Amino acid sequence: MTSVKDRVIAIIAEQAVLEPGDVSMDQTLEDLGIDSLGLVESIFAIEEAFDIQVPFNANEPQESDFDISSVATIVAGIEKLVAEQHA
Amino acid sequence: MKRVVITGAGTINAIGHSVSETFASMREGRCGIGQLEIQDVERLSIQIGGQVKGFEAEGEFNRQQMALYDRFTQFTLFAAREAIQQSGLEFIGELAARSGVVLGTAGGGVSTWDENYRAVYEAGKNRVHPFVVPKLMNNAAASHVSIEYNLKGPSFTVSTACASSNHAMAQAFQMVRLGMAPAMVTGGSESMLCFGGVKAWEGLRVMSKDACRPFSMNRNGMVQGEGAGVFVFEEMEHAKKRGAEILAEVVGFAMTSDASDIVMPSKQGAARAIAGAMKDGGINPEEVGYINAHGTGTAANDKTECAAVADAFGQHADNLMISSTKSMHGHLIGGTGAVELLACIMALRDGVIAPTIGYEEPDPECALDVVPNEAREAKVNVALSNAFAFGGLNAVLALRKV
Repeated sequence: MTSVKDRVIAIIAEQAVLEPGDVSMDQTLEDLGIDSLGLVESIFAIEEAFDIQVPFNANEPQESDFDISSVATIVAGIEKLVAEQHA
Repeated sequence: MKRVVITGAGTINAIGHSVSETFASMREGRCGIGQLEIQDVERLSIQIGGQVKGFEAEGEFNRQQMALYDRFTQFTLFAAREAIQQSGLEFIGELAARSGVVLGTAGGGVSTWDENYRAVYEAGKNRVHPFVVPKLMNNAAASHVSIEYNLKGPSFTVSTACASSNHAMAQAFQMVRLGMAPAMVTGGSESMLCFGGVKAWEGLRVMSKDACRPFSMNRNGMVQGEGAGVFVFEEMEHAKKRGAEILAEVVGFAMTSDASDIVMPSKQGAARAIAGAMKDGGINPEEVGYINAHGTGTAANDKTECAAVADAFGQHADNLMISSTKSMHGHLIGGTGAVELLACIMALRDGVIAPTIGYEEPDPECALDVVPNEAREAKVNVALSNAFAFGGLNAVLALRKV
């Protein structure tokens, strides 16, 4: 079965119009050319894919419990949420 | 060109079912935002709003009317009655033939869409009420006002998201100013506080779960409201001749388009609209004492708006007052400019500046006098009302004390 990491990267890659292989863990969304609208779309797609709630408010991204500073932090955040919300 | 004055005002919103109640609430800094009372609220992650409470439509309208009036139309008719009664105008003969109604709404009959989608999708019904279309159409409110008050001149609805009412009032102003119409009924209305209406806004992730705190460092988003504001704009000599009470003069407007992003606001677009309204009204920037801000309480709007005001006014930005009454009545989306124009009228007529409530912490990026938390007495000669919509469509109106 595909890992959470691979599925998250696939969603981010689709948003960035890139191949999943071209997305690396240390990149930021800005590096990938994903703007604020692209971000909320990605979060929506992730929520749908994993049937989870991602705590994210576009007004205070830095205050949300969800760290969007890189692909790695997003993947880690989603892994945690999937573990928690499907526990 | 003709001079244009306001001779009637009416409203219903979360902080008042009339202009006088709304003024009193604005003076007291009363918050009308609270827990939403709507179907399926438990499935919403945003459960607050500036909902109109205690409005008994059944007592206002008969059964036949209720079948045709969506809540946004009900609000409009309720506010229009107050405005037209205050104006004292009776639309007959030539006056009726040339006067019309231009109103703003972003969503029109959202609750009607919502209820009937529920019926066919959720409840599996295969039949809806025959009046669904005339009830939900965006021009329903304007049409019912024209029918009720015999307004037979230019009538239509403007829909530019959060700037709808300001665009509508700018149109009405222009029609009276150019001599096309001796009087126009104008303003706007919105009623999106139903499950689908709030759910759609949730998706953007710009909504606050607890409060609307415009310009405050700890602001975390906008809060939806609902209601209507309706005004009678009248040619000044026409109003004077019949001895009408004049609430304020409408002196200028400007509309601009950012031509940049579908949701992110632009400082240049906003500043051009503010400067344009002053130029159109022959207003010296130093004369402006008060601005009713768009002030949504989102991170993006508030800092962009303050930067635009600083750009348009230079040094004088530090001397004027700018407040967001959305902190009290919420964001009425397409109806918001209409209700907010009341704060400008109150500033000019009564010398009372409505506060920005919920203000807790200064934000260096919003370093203007935002009239935090308490209303203030001040003499104001010119007031502006800002509206900056999604889609980058901006409209600013300028009012002068009479």
